[in-house]
Amino acid sequence: MKKILFIAIFLSSIFTFAQVKDAIKGHLHGNFNIDVQQYNEDSLIGANKPPESILMNAYGNFTYTYGNFSGGLRYEAYLNSLKGYDPSYNGQGIPYKYLSYQNKKGLGVTVGNFYEQFGSGFILRSYQQRMLGYDNAFEGVRASYTGIRGVNLKGLIAKQRLFWTTGVGIVRGIDGDFSINDIFKFDTKTQVIMGGSFVSKYQADKNPVLKLPENVGAGAGRISISNGGFMVSSEYAYKSQDPSADNGYIYKNGEALLINATYSQKGLGVYLSAKRVDNMSFRSDRGQAINNLNINYVADISKIHTYTLAAMYPYATQTNGEMGARAEIMYKLKKKSFLGGKYGTELFVSYATAYDIKRTPASDTSAIGVKGYEGYESKFFEIGDELFYSDFSAGLHKKLSKKFKVHLEYLYQEINFDKLRGELDHSGNKVVFANIGIIDFTWKIKSKRTLRFEFQGLFTKQDKQDWAMGLLEYTMAPHWFIAVYDAYNYGNHHSDMRIHYTTVSVGYMKNSTRIQLSYGKSMEGVICVGGVCRVVPATNGLSLSITSSF
Amino acid sequence: MKKIVLLLSAVILFNLSHAQESNLPSVNIKSLNGKVFNTSDIKNDGKPIIIDFWATWCKPCVKELEAIADVYEEWQEETGVKIYAVSIDNSRSMARVAPFVNAKGWEYVVLLDPNSKFKEAMNVVNVPHVFLLDGTGKIIHQHTAYSDGDEDDLLELIKKVAKGEEVSH
Repeated sequence: MKKILFIAIFLSSIFTFAQVKDAIKGHLHGNFNIDVQQYNEDSLIGANKPPESILMNAYGNFTYTYGNFSGGLRYEAYLNSLKGYDPSYNGQGIPYKYLSYQNKKGLGVTVGNFYEQFGSGFILRSYQQRMLGYDNAFEGVRASYTGIRGVNLKGLIAKQRLFWTTGVGIVRGIDGDFSINDIFKFDTKTQVIMGGSFVSKYQADKNPVLKLPENVGAGAGRISISNGGFMVSSEYAYKSQDPSADNGYIYKNGEALLINATYSQKGLGVYLSAKRVDNMSFRSDRGQAINNLNINYVADISKIHTYTLAAMYPYATQTNGEMGARAEIMYKLKKKSFLGGKYGTELFVSYATAYDIKRTPASDTSAIGVKGYEGYESKFFEIGDELFYSDFSAGLHKKLSKKFKVHLEYLYQEINFDKLRGELDHSGNKVVFANIGIIDFTWKIKSKRTLRFEFQGLFTKQDKQDWAMGLLEYTMAPHWFIAVYDAYNYGNHHSDMRIHYTTVSVGYMKNSTRIQLSYGKSMEGVICVGGVCRVVPATNGLSLSITSSF
Repeated sequence: MKKIVLLLSAVILFNLSHAQESNLPSVNIKSLNGKVFNTSDIKNDGKPIIIDFWATWCKPCVKELEAIADVYEEWQEETGVKIYAVSIDNSRSMARVAPFVNAKGWEYVVLLDPNSKFKEAMNVVNVPHVFLLDGTGKIIHQHTAYSDGDEDDLLELIKKVAKGEEVSH
């Protein structure tokens, strides 16, 4: 009997092994991304030819999964880094590598490099954005547990990537996410989710003059309530004294508050947002600047524009202090209605603005922002006098017929050059006022042959004054496209700076591979992705970009 | 000896019965109402699945989802396909996704990947990026970028997958 039982168990295990073996075989996936640029000298637009003439950024990612285990690495090469990227990247290596275990019971452990975000990122967010050369990846240990119904817990201890090394500071953080309805089994239409996190960083104090806090703590709490089409979410964060190069080494706490409210139903979307940020720069090395070693990410309140001239004057969060608000309404006029026409019409209107916070001296004896003192006091609901940014846009999006589609948009922007860039324009103006108009017209000539036109105009008396831009793009689906665009600074006050920035691009796409070749001039500017910006120098030359996933 | 074999068998049985079925990575992202959603729960009762990575600020992504929205009902009737539209909007524009999607009247399952965790795990470089999976969760086809008319080719592939035919590249 025993023998039979033994054989039965043995056979059944072999049988199961044979069945499941296929399901747990390993999988290798990855991607490549190569950008090569050749540079010509063009002194008129301020484009310099680097001594190497040709520069390249290249990345290769590999991930291998086997059942509950996964591991991966990223190779990066900057030979040498493209213009506009920090030359500290020059070189090649494997800066990102990890091993991870994640079981079905909800336990996950990662060692090596990883990205993480707590809540909206107010006190912790690491991520990478290749376009910006931004990468503050953690290197350390992370554990997570989702085994309790409605509860999601995470914890980590790590250092952060700084080019080819890690920063000096150590970051420790925990985060919890609690779905109240799931935990207490409330079967209500109203859903409540709460969350909280705590982050602390350690950096030794080697300052000969100031006594700096070696451990700096930050905490955040969040809640979101939704009911049908309504949703309100909010996060508040507090940071203890953190004298740093960003805040001029003042001993003041930091605070941030974000409130989002949305309502939507089929054909209508309403989005409201308000924010206050005070002294919330948070880095794992207090002496660092620009995009290096940020522990947190304070989301920007402005709308992300994709049309070139609308994105000419981007805004980035002022972590030292800002108050902002935003409202947007999206509405779709029904199909076959009087105003909607045969295919319906989409309308949108949006407004965003940001001001400085109000600062008053912390005491009668010290002025605002003096190093080594509390710096200033700021009342929570008081708005400062200085406007940083405002952006109004309205437009419509309409399918005219089976062949034609049109997008029309008008924008009005105000940008405080003095406060945001620390500079004045050519005639000493502090603020740039710009009117922008956009027409985007798509003509489907026949199946898989599409011609798209874009006309944009930017009209301002300040900065480089008026611009016009045109784009022509011909697509032969599924594989090819060719595009020509020209941005013309026709209104520039220097007549010899009335330049055409012309670029021709050809692209080939197949499955998950895309190859693009471009030749031409691009203007000096700021590109921003997700609230982080990078200054791109003017260039003149040939560029090749290849991306592929497998 | 017997004991060892028995123990070994038991261990194998236990481990393998816990093996993952789909080959999608298990990543915790969010559903539109803010709840945690594990990507290994992307399922469609054995019918084809599409995972479309997009963002509200990405023009070609929105174009592609708009084009598919016009014919999604027909696609569903014909092939039973289910589309998961994974937005990579970060906390700057994440709250805007729900009103954006509803104003457009899209019927997709919309998920939020604000720190691009799932995007990275799926090795996506740029959006839009579309994956076509068969009923077992196996990736059959992937495509990056969007040109007008691409959705017609995608439908042909979905039909093949729905019928269980081989997809050649």
